[in-house]
Amino acid sequence: MKILVCISNVPDTTTKVKFVDELKKLDVNGIQWVINPWDELALTRALELKDDAANGIQSVTVAHVGLSTSEPTIRKALAIGADDAIRVNTESGDAYSVAAQLAEVLKNENFDIILCGIESSDHNGSTVGGMLAEFLRVPSVTCVSSLKFENGQPVVSREIDGGKEGLSLPVPFVAIVQKGIAKEPRIAAMRGIMSARTKPIKVYEPQAIDNLTEVVNYEMPKPRAACKYVDAENAGQLIDLLQNEARVF
Amino acid sequence: MAVLVFPENWDGKFKKLSFELVSYASKVADMLGDQAIVVSIGNVEAGELGKLATYGADKIISIENSALNALDDQAYAGMIAEVAQKVNASVVVLSNNNTGKALAPRLSVRLKAGIASGVGKLPVSTTPFVVNKKVYSGKAFANVEIKTPVRIITLAQNSFEVIESPKPVVIEKSDIQPDQGLMKIKVNDVQKLAGKILLTDADIVVSGGRGMRSPDNWGPLVEMAELLGAGTACSRPVSDEGWRPHDEHTGQTGKIIAPNLYFAIGISGAIQHLAGISSSKYIVAINTDKDAPIFEAAQYGIVGDASKVLPKLVEKLKEIKSK
Repeated sequence: MKILVCISNVPDTTTKVKFVDELKKLDVNGIQWVINPWDELALTRALELKDDAANGIQSVTVAHVGLSTSEPTIRKALAIGADDAIRVNTESGDAYSVAAQLAEVLKNENFDIILCGIESSDHNGSTVGGMLAEFLRVPSVTCVSSLKFENGQPVVSREIDGGKEGLSLPVPFVAIVQKGIAKEPRIAAMRGIMSARTKPIKVYEPQAIDNLTEVVNYEMPKPRAACKYVDAENAGQLIDLLQNEARVF
Repeated sequence: MAVLVFPENWDGKFKKLSFELVSYASKVADMLGDQAIVVSIGNVEAGELGKLATYGADKIISIENSALNALDDQAYAGMIAEVAQKVNASVVVLSNNNTGKALAPRLSVRLKAGIASGVGKLPVSTTPFVVNKKVYSGKAFANVEIKTPVRIITLAQNSFEVIESPKPVVIEKSDIQPDQGLMKIKVNDVQKLAGKILLTDADIVVSGGRGMRSPDNWGPLVEMAELLGAGTACSRPVSDEGWRPHDEHTGQTGKIIAPNLYFAIGISGAIQHLAGISSSKYIVAINTDKDAPIFEAAQYGIVGDASKVLPKLVEKLKEIKSK
């Protein structure tokens, strides 16, 4: 069985974002790019599954849409433990074009399980995984918080309101994963970093695919009003304020 | 042309989230001079469909089939796409919840429709079609133009008010059926926590962080939540330590919520935590560190120790209740 993990690179989650060009573009100065946190957890889970020989996972591949400038992110995924990588050589556009580019490449490959993070921490779209599944015409499960193998077959559980559902479905499928899929992201060891340099990255040239959406401009949130303090000794007064001033209950 | 909206049902019933969606779709339809049409999937209890008319639905298309009790991404998206084409939808509205996240991207591909997800307001303009959405986990907003004739919007939960605008409604039982060949998902078991208030539904959320010091100190926090009819949540370190269950983790990688009132108790307010709660209407911070960043996000604050402050709040709430 072969697993593919789709990864995007995003500004480190502690970044204070700023915009330039009349608020049309992200100011990339000083930004540290990382693997999108959910994609990193997806990769970690794929590697955990591969570690157990009983699961019969032959390989874990990562796929990314981006220019060569994002190769450090791919190398990081290889250092963490992915066997090889696919890169579609184009500036990543909107979710539709990213999913369409990936689908063009993947329709000629035969991955059994494709993992995507539930969202990217930049545009918070939650869309690429589902789009990819639709382009490839394979089933998908969204909000997956657990993926394991029972008797050689994949079993997933997905979050529903107030609980969980345990599901089984035939491969190939796309699992769109969220918190819980892996505990902590796996960290690259020195040996992994060394071997990542020689692991193969297959580069595909892009298809002509248009974006369906475009960012007109960005806005910063309005600053909130200053905090009103209540003395700790008189904490009960807070309840009065919430009831009579904010009127929230 | 029409604005099509998909409000899912929960065990045959609609709830506030469904009404928010229909209210939103009805207002978007007004902006475009179109009808608001609801598509409902699965069996619903008698009278439930009629409730949707209260919030401005012009027409309700109901696909009832007992095979449709569990969400199957492919089959559901197929049916909604079929309805969208039939009613010539120019906008399709879904929730940005688990179900909407599963279906909206598939619809986008089927209908070749641009998508904007997690939208919190009415469109900024309709020609061109521009919507405003949160990006960078709430650190900024983007005005996004959707350039296709059909547009998909997923609405952020608890961001749009429920608006009553009753209309005479046509309820049509549809003969559209799921494509059985697409239904590949088998549900083996369902685990539900009964009686727990869903964080994404809760109007008030009481959340604890490492400043609570020990899992044994949660008693007054839970008591306060019960008195307020609130949901309970926690910060990431707390769920990572196993002090509280993972489904309570709010923040960038946990649940993103937008209650009317959020209590951050012993939570310093790391940027990743704020990303999950910054859309709350009111934030109350209780923390021993007066310089904690949570006070910059809060409207009300108490500098003090949770173990001393919480019992006072509980006492006051009990006093109010007894009146």
